[in-house]
Amino acid sequence: MSDDTATIDTPVPADIEIEEIDKVIIRFAGDSGDGMQLAGTRFTADSAIFGNDLSTLPNFPAEIRAPAGTIPGVSSFQVQIADYDILTPGDEADVLVAMNPAALKANLIDLRPGGMIIANEEAFEERNLAKAGFETSPLDDGSLAGYRVFRVPMERLTKEAVKDTGVTGRNVLRSKNFFALGLISWVFNRPLEASIDWVESKFGKRPELAAANVASLRAGHNFGLTTEAFHHTYNIKPAKLPPGEYTNVTGNTATAWGLIAASQAARLPLFYGTYPITPASDILHELAKHKNFGVRTYQAEDEIAGVGAAVGAAFAGHLAVTGTSGPGLALKSETISLAISMELPLVVIDVQRAGPSTGLPTKVEQSDLLFSLYGRHGEAPLPVLAARSASDAFEITIEATRIALKYMTPVILLSDNYIANGSEPWQLPDTDALPDIGVKFLTEPNADGRYVPYLRDPATLARQWAIPGTPGLEHRLGGLEKHEVVGNVSYDPSNHQLMTELREWKIRNIANDIPELEVDHDVGAELLVLGWGSTYGAIRAAAKRVRRDGLPVATAHLRYLNPFPINLGAVLNEYRYILVPEVNMGQLRKLIRAEFLVPAMGFNKVQGLPFRVSEVENKIREIVTS
Amino acid sequence: MTDTITTNYTRADFQTDQEVRWCPGCGDYTILAAVQTFMADLGLPKEQMVFVSGIGCSSRFPYYMNTYGLHSIHGRAPAIASGIAVARPDLSVWVVTGDGDALSIGGNHLIHALRRNMNLKILLFNNQIYGLTKGQYSPTSEKGKRTKSSPAGSPDAPFNPVSLALGAEATFVARTIDMDRKHTVEVLQAAHEHKGTSFIEVYQNCNVFNDKAFIELTGKETRLENRINLEHGQPVIFGPEGENAVVLEDGAARIVPTDSVAAGDILVHDAHAPDPSAAFALSRLSHGPYGPTPIGVFRDVARSTYEQDVKQQLVDAQEQKGAGDLSKLIRSMGAWTVE
Ligand code: SF4
Repeated sequence: MSDDTATIDTPVPADIEIEEIDKVIIRFAGDSGDGMQLAGTRFTADSAIFGNDLSTLPNFPAEIRAPAGTIPGVSSFQVQIADYDILTPGDEADVLVAMNPAALKANLIDLRPGGMIIANEEAFEERNLAKAGFETSPLDDGSLAGYRVFRVPMERLTKEAVKDTGVTGRNVLRSKNFFALGLISWVFNRPLEASIDWVESKFGKRPELAAANVASLRAGHNFGLTTEAFHHTYNIKPAKLPPGEYTNVTGNTATAWGLIAASQAARLPLFYGTYPITPASDILHELAKHKNFGVRTYQAEDEIAGVGAAVGAAFAGHLAVTGTSGPGLALKSETISLAISMELPLVVIDVQRAGPSTGLPTKVEQSDLLFSLYGRHGEAPLPVLAARSASDAFEITIEATRIALKYMTPVILLSDNYIANGSEPWQLPDTDALPDIGVKFLTEPNADGRYVPYLRDPATLARQWAIPGTPGLEHRLGGLEKHEVVGNVSYDPSNHQLMTELREWKIRNIANDIPELEVDHDVGAELLVLGWGSTYGAIRAAAKRVRRDGLPVATAHLRYLNPFPINLGAVLNEYRYILVPEVNMGQLRKLIRAEFLVPAMGFNKVQGLPFRVSEVENKIREIVTS
Repeated sequence: MTDTITTNYTRADFQTDQEVRWCPGCGDYTILAAVQTFMADLGLPKEQMVFVSGIGCSSRFPYYMNTYGLHSIHGRAPAIASGIAVARPDLSVWVVTGDGDALSIGGNHLIHALRRNMNLKILLFNNQIYGLTKGQYSPTSEKGKRTKSSPAGSPDAPFNPVSLALGAEATFVARTIDMDRKHTVEVLQAAHEHKGTSFIEVYQNCNVFNDKAFIELTGKETRLENRINLEHGQPVIFGPEGENAVVLEDGAARIVPTDSVAAGDILVHDAHAPDPSAAFALSRLSHGPYGPTPIGVFRDVARSTYEQDVKQQLVDAQEQKGAGDLSKLIRSMGAWTVE
């Protein structure tokens, strides 16, 4: 590759127009082997560094390589970038990059009328068309008349671009995703430098692949520059976000970093016991990279052993964490009950996905809420918290840890596939100002010269943590019911009643130690939209839209699902209508109806996809204007 | 593991205030006494010891040991103990389990604890029956056994726990008998000294639901005939007068009259042999046990331990990258400033 293909050296034609727009939604779609997740992630990273606000929605099949060219094999990555503060990846795409007919077919429904289609035209040949169920090519038969279609010979141009880089065989066309990225970068005036640096560091050991990807990236960019059709380009200015330092982060990464931060804030070594499961595995992958923080990742033989090892590590005095998704949470249930009985601190992260059973492993659902609260045998209460967005995951993870340690209890922290894999800018916290969530291990006997494990702090009802290696505090814990103070096995009926109540009150009492629910209220609002978890962005954005028309509405978002914030009942009673949008069949609605006897209405979607803003918006309008 | 020898413990130092609740005459009592005596003599500080159990009669064991302990849930003791061992290589971690707990509901955890080679000492009390649930056949019960849950005879083929452990890449595998306290203590000592997971099958008499299951190995009349004592470096000869010997033929162990073979053809037991084939062949001699059964250390080989390897990775990571810096970490994927 010679330097004269570099963008910086190519003269810019005089007729290039740059139109300022405030936001754009781009969807990269292709076969799952086409590298669309990578193209989307790189475009996102470049836009983040440029300073846009953004939000992403990856969507990929559960199979690693579903049959090529078919609709089930389509993988897509949607990103919204804007010069203002956005809350979701957007509803309808403005731009669709379609690497093959199946990608076009599966994604056209989400492209706005008049939107731009950039099609990899060589892939629209007979076999691929047939696999996608097209009888004629949509590029030729006029069926795309309502869109602006750009046919790009991506494969031919990629081949040409990489011919001197030394790549051969299947690797030649591999880099066509970088061609697409280069072209989109041209159309939206994104610099290429960050992606070039990234490619060079990522493929450092395979210089021919690095060269091919860079060549394709530049070729895509140059194609835009030299092709008149692309001489109308767009620019989205940096967003006016609150001042501060930002990074673009996915929920799983933020969760992993939150655990590392919690371990530092608690001054305890982190032990992460787990078993690989989609979509939680990336937490394991991220943590495994950071052993220099003293992190022990333990990939166990199964889900039960993952949580079992974590319980062992908790007994031994580590910050013990296990991570999983729904099917794994089911398997961990009995061990979590043991931790409740032994009153050991444990953080359980459930990155929810669509169920039941294997369900839709790569799709979002919020359907483990009731399971988290009640999915255990016996009276087994524990705190349940939920992240509301990718960037919230860091802080809520530290908060879940704080509660686990302070109250000597397992805590379930709910995330979901949308939070886990989606990304958005996160305003970086001051890492020197993290809350101190440290605990003191007991080192001296606490009762007449001996250690009684179940003596409780009267304020928190938490018992005192004594760890192996401490002379004189040898003790036994177990799953059998224990004497309320001494901890020896007890079959006494009234002791069991007391212990059951103590375990219950310990958790309920946490309501006094968490923030009250904040309500974003308009004067005159009669409708409260109450959400939890990853519906946060859609609900806020929808409320913003109806408010633009002067319609009053209130919104509130629960991060604490058990116990609820102490003012929740009072808040609910202030509204005539309560709407609870959830990506499940109405689990929070059921809870608040049962607890507060309010006529909450559900708005429920279970399609493996997050709410669109417009869906929530229309529902709000329907209620507010009725 | 800390090897500091402390003070003059006596057995009483390891006893707790809990009333021992096994049936009178249960083999668990003699094992408990042997372990307590062994621990007292060992002199390891008792705060360094952790006993972890699952569910079953044997799993009450931690309540009776005045050390740190967990009485956990059915089958999960090796998993929970693994977490302790990885987190705290300084501790001496013991698992007490039974044939149902370890080989049925917890089979998966057992084999993985064996292959990983951790600082875990696993005592499997094999009584070939479910005691706590009152007498159903277990995964080591003989085929055809009539119990409450198998009135027509158990259709299950049993496990041979020693064969299983050897197949699961265990580095230390032994068998002993509840009635033989001296032998039990010797095996405990060897297990303790071994670096990595040690597996000990203890034949344990359940006098209520499966009495005399091991009578051929413990009864006065039969025990000398049937006990094949394995001693490293010694030819495998047994019987009241040493009249029987073990030879290997095509990889299988066979019992022959000692005088029918040349002395040089008798199998010399090598517990440290890297290849477990001979140990496995020896383990196949017992089926039940009826008739001649090897007792002692089948295998004791050195291999790096899981928790030390994990610890080393942490040390290496710190050397290569320096101690973790959270502020750098959260900026590692590129950060930008909004004025
Ligand atoms: S049932 Fe059997 S194993 Fe259990 S305590 Fe009684 S004798 Fe011992």
